[in-house]
Amino acid sequence: MNSTAGGTSSRIGKSTRADFPILADEAHDKPIIYLDSAASSQKPRCVLEAMNNYYETINANVHRGAYELAAQATEAMETARAETARFVNAYSANEIVFTKNVTEAFNLVARSWGGANLGPGDAVVITEMEHHANIVPWQMLAAEKGFEIRWISVTADGQLDLSNLDRLLDGAKLLGVTAMSNVLGTLNPIRRLADAAHNSGALILVDAAQYVPHLPCDVQALGADFLGFTGHKMCGPTGVGVLWARAELLEAMPPFMGGGEMILDVRKDGFTPNHIPHKFEAGTPPIAEIVGLGAAVRYLDGLGMERVREHEVSLTAYALRTLQERYGDDLAVHGPAEPACRGGVLSMSFRDIHPHDLSQVLDDRGVCVRAGHHCAKPLMRHLGLAATTRASLYVYNDTSDVDALADAIGAAGDFFAA
Amino acid sequence: MPSVLRAIFSPHELAVYGSKFVAGLEDLYREIILDHYRNPRNRGELEVPPAVQAVGFNPLCGDEIVVYLEVRDGVIVDLSTGGQGCSISQSSASMMSTAVKGRTVLEARRLVRAFKHMMSIHGSGIGGSGDDLDEDEPADDSQNGVKLGDLEALRGVVKFPVRIKCATLSWNTLVDALEQAFD
Repeated sequence: MNSTAGGTSSRIGKSTRADFPILADEAHDKPIIYLDSAASSQKPRCVLEAMNNYYETINANVHRGAYELAAQATEAMETARAETARFVNAYSANEIVFTKNVTEAFNLVARSWGGANLGPGDAVVITEMEHHANIVPWQMLAAEKGFEIRWISVTADGQLDLSNLDRLLDGAKLLGVTAMSNVLGTLNPIRRLADAAHNSGALILVDAAQYVPHLPCDVQALGADFLGFTGHKMCGPTGVGVLWARAELLEAMPPFMGGGEMILDVRKDGFTPNHIPHKFEAGTPPIAEIVGLGAAVRYLDGLGMERVREHEVSLTAYALRTLQERYGDDLAVHGPAEPACRGGVLSMSFRDIHPHDLSQVLDDRGVCVRAGHHCAKPLMRHLGLAATTRASLYVYNDTSDVDALADAIGAAGDFFAA
Repeated sequence: MPSVLRAIFSPHELAVYGSKFVAGLEDLYREIILDHYRNPRNRGELEVPPAVQAVGFNPLCGDEIVVYLEVRDGVIVDLSTGGQGCSISQSSASMMSTAVKGRTVLEARRLVRAFKHMMSIHGSGIGGSGDDLDEDEPADDSQNGVKLGDLEALRGVVKFPVRIKCATLSWNTLVDALEQAFD
């Protein structure tokens, strides 16, 4: 039974786990069944070593000193930028802007591009399944600039309702949409949405926080204009995210934050901004984290993103089947039913057991899941849910983790049975 | 010993505080708590007025508690609760209702203070600051001789810091209701 997941991608899963020190059995008092990678992934040894090596051998500030160490630090950071650009098939490395996370990436777009381009009479279209990071920056800007926010709704089976897309896009300047829902796992038709946006004269901003870590990502094939993703969900460190945008958009946009690094010249009567991408990277960047992200990209490249996706589709299928067989109608997994149309994010409701209580019993058995609204409250309200229990799968998970999850859910059912 | 403690604290600190942090499910889900969760007391609504109504939210998890309170001549003559939430928030609301119904407002306020003291890390003797205490509450105050009775069953919640707000939600909502009753 356990051979159903894995298959041709047998390198991924059980054997991948050995690359992650935190998942080693001897690291904890009880085995860690880590099923919260949609919140943050674990880090392989190569990423930790890359960051450590950076500090132990070439640490210095970048784009400043003339000495050898500074040159090496700069080269390490710019190599990571080039590797990240290649990983998502950017047109060039200078389209990769390093930010703190996706939230900062989208605030950058809202403040810089939105601040220069949006005003009364304009509209931004977003969807009900967005993470708060792709909602609140637009609400904050709309309160200042007076443009309209329009919403694409979500159908009962967890898909975007595109029946009135043309009307929503009519006169809009931007469509902001997640490539994969962090609650439902829904994979949205980004290419189709990009074409529709462009036909209406709008740009498209893609939240790829849950997409880049799990599927091959080609920003050119997607037809995106802006796309954000973050290091810590893709085997990299916290503290570094990426805004990718087409170079001509970045060239035309005003700077976001002002300070060091982002200028070519500063005079008493003003300043001249730096070239892209440095124009958007004010202050000393998180150099070690960027180097770590480069190592994460190499690690995922080594696994092969096609095989990562294959692994997750088969493991998701196994999980959906196992939970259905064991709990039937007592357990609902929200979102699309077909594994090939979704990511490995399983938002569950189990009997009338509150997600806090369910996750508490799971935690007692070493099973790490997320309980709550997943920073997507408009979607949760639409679904009529206060909270769900979310298990999410990644490269180090295999069928044994799913079995442990299913066992722990059963234990919670017994524990709270009247 | 949870490995996070080994990662954060020195061996000396662990020797002093370590055992206070070791917690199992049985510390959290005591039988009396599960009983109140499965068979909540004083559930329902009261007519407003004469009763007052206060609503409390836990923004982290979306839990919601409604407290209906009727005070006559300084005595809580009736109280009921509604809303939805986890076993800790629901059982705490049920236990709160049985503990304060029929008491004077003064006694209820004392009980609130004693309960919130128990729900602070300081009050439970685990160390650190009692940052869930009222501002006017001396940090070294004890439960002032107030008998908590069945409410003692909730003491184990302190070992699960993310759940403390679940346990205190109905009590904070009660405080809001008491203030409304005297507006």
